[in-house]
Amino acid sequence: MTNAPEITGETDIAPPVSSTGIVAWMRERLFSSPLNIIMTVLCGLLVIATLPPFIEWALIKAVWISPTADACRAARGGACWAFIAEKHRLILFGLYPYDEQWRPLLAALVNIALIVASCMRRFWNIRLLYIWGIGLVLISWLMWGGVLGLSYVENTKWGGLPLTLILATFGVGFAFPFGIVLALGRRSNMPAIKTLCIMYIELIRGVPLISLLFMSSVMLPLFFPEGFSIDKLLRAQIAIIMFAAAYIAEVVRGGLQAIPKGQYEAADALGLSYWKKTGLIILPQALKIVIPPMVSLFIAMFKDTSLVVIIGIFDLMNATKASLTDTAWKGFAVESYIFVSIIYFVFCFSMSKYSQQLEARLATGHKR
Amino acid sequence: MTFLKTAAAAAVMVLAAQAAQAGTTFDVVKARGKVICGVSTGVSGFSAPDSQGKWAGIDVDVCRSIAAAMFGDASKFDVVPLTPVQRFTALQSGEIDVLTRNTTLSLQRDTALGFNAVAVNFYDGQGFMVPVKLNVKSAKELNGATVCVQPGTTTELNLADYFRTNNMQFKPVVIEKQDEIVAAYVAGRCDVLTTDRSQLASVRVTQTPKPEDHVLLPEVISKEPLGPMVRHGDDQWMDLVRWSLFAMIEGEEYGVTSKNVDEQLKSNDPNVKRILGVTPGMGKALGVDEKWAYNIIKQVGNYGESFERNVGKDSPLKLDRGPNAQWNKGGLLYAWPIR
Repeated sequence: MTNAPEITGETDIAPPVSSTGIVAWMRERLFSSPLNIIMTVLCGLLVIATLPPFIEWALIKAVWISPTADACRAARGGACWAFIAEKHRLILFGLYPYDEQWRPLLAALVNIALIVASCMRRFWNIRLLYIWGIGLVLISWLMWGGVLGLSYVENTKWGGLPLTLILATFGVGFAFPFGIVLALGRRSNMPAIKTLCIMYIELIRGVPLISLLFMSSVMLPLFFPEGFSIDKLLRAQIAIIMFAAAYIAEVVRGGLQAIPKGQYEAADALGLSYWKKTGLIILPQALKIVIPPMVSLFIAMFKDTSLVVIIGIFDLMNATKASLTDTAWKGFAVESYIFVSIIYFVFCFSMSKYSQQLEARLATGHKR
Repeated sequence: MTFLKTAAAAAVMVLAAQAAQAGTTFDVVKARGKVICGVSTGVSGFSAPDSQGKWAGIDVDVCRSIAAAMFGDASKFDVVPLTPVQRFTALQSGEIDVLTRNTTLSLQRDTALGFNAVAVNFYDGQGFMVPVKLNVKSAKELNGATVCVQPGTTTELNLADYFRTNNMQFKPVVIEKQDEIVAAYVAGRCDVLTTDRSQLASVRVTQTPKPEDHVLLPEVISKEPLGPMVRHGDDQWMDLVRWSLFAMIEGEEYGVTSKNVDEQLKSNDPNVKRILGVTPGMGKALGVDEKWAYNIIKQVGNYGESFERNVGKDSPLKLDRGPNAQWNKGGLLYAWPIR
């Protein structure tokens, strides 16, 4: 006896196997044309050729924990993750005093929180200014110390991830409004302002960031009297802001030019002043259009901060390089570069994902 | 980069004359309470941060010995990590008090750049390393070879000069970072690795899969006396830097070590008495405490101890003393007498 319900009437016939499930997916995505078949096979071969050796190196033969480099040297052919375990604090925090490294850690977290807050639409008002003000004070206090019970740490000792974040966040953070002003200035009807903005933008865009950094760090001190110097880190930060601003200006200008003339005329017809017109009608639309290039620019700037290597500032990249020079742990460059590239990837990928979300959320029918 | 370097060098030269002022660094350092030394951004054994970010190395020891002489405390120093292009400007602009950054002392640097070469703390020279399987016995057989070399140093220049003088061709593989250039060599991207012999020896031991598969060729194609530099016109400061280094070297010559320095205070050797300040006068002449050299040897160690700890047999680099042995042991170390 069976309790199975009897089949009564008609049932839906399942679609053919070849149009659903994994088979269809593969047929459609991987083997849809002769070219795709060839590409699929080639890629498959590439994966087969590279993945097993990599897994063997990175996981199977790897040395995970070891107090000295000897175990790593003995296990030739395997990754030495013990190197990262030993050096992660130097890589992440650079030359910051070892016992005080909870401070840059906190500062980095505050910095990340600042970025996240700036990404939330509900803070996109005057409150964001306060948040940035508080964040700046908090980060300065944690990093410098000197008041409220924290010992003073000169910024020549700052390094690692917090420094990279500071250079990138405040570089972009300050360059953004500056860049918008430059873009508006470039489209201004006042010849003096227009000329100044064009000169600035073209001059800065005409030289690579590396030469700006180099100028600010090597040439500038020679023109000061002996003993007087503007802080090296500040000089680098200003160079990054100046550089980013020029590029942001051009990206924003692209957005401004994409706004139909009717929008300007409509705003004028409503009797809005220049600032109201710009702030309420033009900029919101222009900035929305330029989200993708703007995010590319932010990602590029984040990675470009590693150029401060040439002026001896210990950002994430330079701290990584310095970790490779310890005689007791020499020769594990690949491991450390993989470690640091994962860090860079996490940040850059998050930025890129966020920008896609933002674009989707702000889409109001202009999408083509 | 080449343009920038030229521009920077020109600017340094132009400004060298005006920047050189009366010898005040001594007083500035004394008032500040610590010495600021320019070091590398990481050269193994010479100046490199350990896992805790503390700097160590044979160049850092020179810096510590200056601090010990001046303040009686070898920890009263600070380092400024500098890239090769930055180092001279940093010294010129007064950002650092003394450059202890494995820098080759040469006429141009001693004069036109506005510096004074103080003394030598490491004798080096450029050499070649090749895989044994190439079966090369001399650098003269390297015609047409691919050579891995670091850019922006005298190394690149010496290499070109050597091959031109010997009517040979070479293909350079230029990579900035030491570790990466070694990796390129080990991976077989070039036939020859050239840099200072001290570096080659350490690379051979620590960074090749099998050290016995690689050999250093006998030719030494350049003299690289490395040592500290100070600004022109800073005589009292230069004296202190020079004699801090010499105290370490003399300490070794007379057998005074960080371990036996307290017993040596009772020594009857007049040289030891003068070095350790038992017979006073030396400290006064330098403008520091009479215990200056005692403090150096007690806290930093003598030259031999510093050498073995950082680059010699007690370190992974395992360099032998070679030219860096004392003059009476077949080396070139010859400190002027402390008397």
